[in-house]
Amino acid sequence: MSDLAIRVEGLGKKYHIGSAQKSYSTLRDTLSTAFVAPFVRAGRLLRGQATGAAGLTEVIWALDDVSFEVRHGEVVGIIGHNGAGKSTLLKVLSRITEPTRGKVDLYGRVGSLLEVGTGFHPELTGRENIFLNGAILGMSRVEIERKFDEIVAFAEVEKFIDTPVKHYSSGMGLRLGFAVAAHLEPEILVVDEVLAVGDAAFQRKCLGKMGEVAQEGRTVLFVSHNMAAIENLCSRTILLKQGKFINDGPTNEIINEYLSDNKPLAYGNLATAPRPKSSYRPVLQSFNILDEQGEPTATIRSNDPVTFEIKYKSDELTSNLIFAILVHTVTKTPLVFFQTLTHHGPVERWPSEGVLRLKIPALPLGAGTYRLSVECATSRRPKDLVDVVENCAELTVVAQDFFGTGYLPKTGPHGYFLVNGEWEIPAASNGHMAGAPTEQTTKSVVEKPDIAPTAQETSQATAAASSEPTESTPTEGA
Amino acid sequence: MSAIGTTTPDTQASPPIKEVVHTQITPSRGWVSLQLNELWKYRELLYFLTWRDVKVRYKQTVLGAAWAIIQPFFTMIVFSLFFGQLAGIEADGGVPYPVATYTALVPWTFFANGLSQSSNSLVSSANLLKKIYFPRLVIPVSSVISGLVDFVLAFIVLMIMMLVYGIVPTINILFLPFFLLLAFTTALGVGLWLSAMNVQFRDVRYTIPFLTQFWLFATPIAYPSSLLDEPWRTIYGINPMAGVVEGFRWALLGTDTSPGPMIFVSLATAITLLVSGAFYFRRMEKTFADVV
Ligand SMILES: Nc1ncnc2c1ncn2[C@@H]1O[C@H](COP(=O)(O)OP(=O)(O)OP(=O)(O)O)[C@@H](O)[C@H]1O
Ligand SMILES: [Mg+2]
Repeated sequence: MSDLAIRVEGLGKKYHIGSAQKSYSTLRDTLSTAFVAPFVRAGRLLRGQATGAAGLTEVIWALDDVSFEVRHGEVVGIIGHNGAGKSTLLKVLSRITEPTRGKVDLYGRVGSLLEVGTGFHPELTGRENIFLNGAILGMSRVEIERKFDEIVAFAEVEKFIDTPVKHYSSGMGLRLGFAVAAHLEPEILVVDEVLAVGDAAFQRKCLGKMGEVAQEGRTVLFVSHNMAAIENLCSRTILLKQGKFINDGPTNEIINEYLSDNKPLAYGNLATAPRPKSSYRPVLQSFNILDEQGEPTATIRSNDPVTFEIKYKSDELTSNLIFAILVHTVTKTPLVFFQTLTHHGPVERWPSEGVLRLKIPALPLGAGTYRLSVECATSRRPKDLVDVVENCAELTVVAQDFFGTGYLPKTGPHGYFLVNGEWEIPAASNGHMAGAPTEQTTKSVVEKPDIAPTAQETSQATAAASSEPTESTPTEGA
Repeated sequence: MSAIGTTTPDTQASPPIKEVVHTQITPSRGWVSLQLNELWKYRELLYFLTWRDVKVRYKQTVLGAAWAIIQPFFTMIVFSLFFGQLAGIEADGGVPYPVATYTALVPWTFFANGLSQSSNSLVSSANLLKKIYFPRLVIPVSSVISGLVDFVLAFIVLMIMMLVYGIVPTINILFLPFFLLLAFTTALGVGLWLSAMNVQFRDVRYTIPFLTQFWLFATPIAYPSSLLDEPWRTIYGINPMAGVVEGFRWALLGTDTSPGPMIFVSLATAITLLVSGAFYFRRMEKTFADVV
């Protein structure tokens, strides 16, 4: 394949880790081991076997028979729990460490960003560190000189450029480190969890830069625990688990698979569910999703009525409580917030326990999986939160012919909400029916220059999700 | 390490017809080639790391450059007092004892510092090893090279001393770079062995001061090698620093004890150390990032 950028075949990486369970039975054993072992080790050392360090007998496979291919211009996310082998994979690809088994073919120069500001020396000035770090990352001196101003501007450290880096705030150091790395121009870029640092604005800027890099048609492998970032940047994602390749496919699906794996959802009973902070008091007792008949459910069709039910109990707090329900995506993008204060108005007196119900006459969400979080507070200020349960329920919304056209709306790249709207379509002379996507209708959209390019961009960015209208599925009761 | 081949892409390659570098990564076994061409490709990194070492050293210390001189100069004073005055050792060819000793201490200090810096270099660059790919040889090599700045400073003082004592260097001074290279080769050779071992076992670090101390007295610094008779003098050359030190004295002070066959023995040892060290280093290299 000529457009192949990375081919990984049966990759394995073995590490030796210490095991402390070894027990010595007798003093003689202990002594003889203590005296003999150093010589055994020294012997191994001279023969060039490097597994010799003290007692590292236990073996783990940080990567175990991993195979996949990446084409030029693809931006691929890699996700998995801590210790899944993500960093190890990137280290093998960037030749920092050698695989134990298997083979990797790389077509193109590889640049790796496993850490921001590697090799920075605190005594050197920002200017000196740019050159040093650039050289470490594989840039030539001429290249660095050419990009110097751009790097400084990106990092926003113009004023401090001749100050030793030890006087920088840690955020400034990170900015500078990222700025240098961001100006690398390899054909294949591998990036580890480096964007998790710095303030929110800086993170946004980094993500923006990564997006730009992706747009330039370079091949990117991107490791992150930030699912929203993965979702934004990568069209395709690979899931690793304990060194093994689990799945590979469109980002949404893989993220769902990954998250459903660590679902600590507190369905129903919330009293004992984990709280994000230990200071929260278990005021929230249960949460349920009820369908039209008032039966608990986890699946609702778009546009159907739904009721959310909260049971609470509090002996000390009985005045000025505020309850709220947040509907969000699995990646924590907030979608709707229902708060007693805003939807109902303040309530001064509350019984010490009770049930609240929120009735939604027609659920305007598109098909997909959503999650809900509930909270209870005594005022709108964050510090007055009394109790929070995140991910307390998962709600699956099933598609339905919401607009009555026979075409099912799509969710995700096309947004999450279904809102009724009236299209006015210019009539064609031969009296075609509106609704069918004919050439005329497509052209006529161009009359609204604001809309046409946006629609096009969306469909390009989401090549995975086809922008063709879906065949109408005869849904029951449609 | 990995087998690296550069191939041109298939003919129907992607639109921007550019040469695609093909790299293949596979596990390596046993001894591997030195890949000096890789090292050459990374010469800018070598330059920057050396530059960093020098810059940081002179920035961080109060006396800065003065240290380069203080160390050999004070050793010379101590040696002159104890060996020159009290023990009454005399230098070859009527050269004043302090000059003969300082002439030996200049290359010695370069060697001893280069050895200990390079032996610790991998461990102190652990972070680089774990996060970036580059030929690992760059690290010990740059740490020996950065010692050259100190050497030049100490050498200037040597020139001044010779001026004061009214000693004119002979034409043999043209051979001086060769002896310096010999010291460099020896320091790097030992440094390669020790740095690679140091990654695995940190005990190595503790043996270094002991090693240099021992080596100092095994080298004809406080005394001339002419104390030994002929077959022994040549055999003494197994210590490459003996050859370096006598070479320096011969090239600068014109002592008539020209190093002769001793130098060839030293040269052979130094080259053996360097080549074996480099292969050992390369063999251990693949484990550095995992273990360090
Ligand atoms: N140098 C090493 N020596 C021994 N074991 C190692 C070494 N590096 C990694 N490991 C082990 O390999 C496994 C995979 O580690 P890796 O760093 O690739 O995980 P990761 O997926 O990047 O995790 P995280 O999300 O925490 O960054 C872990 O079990 C880790 O303990
Ligand atoms: Mg990691």
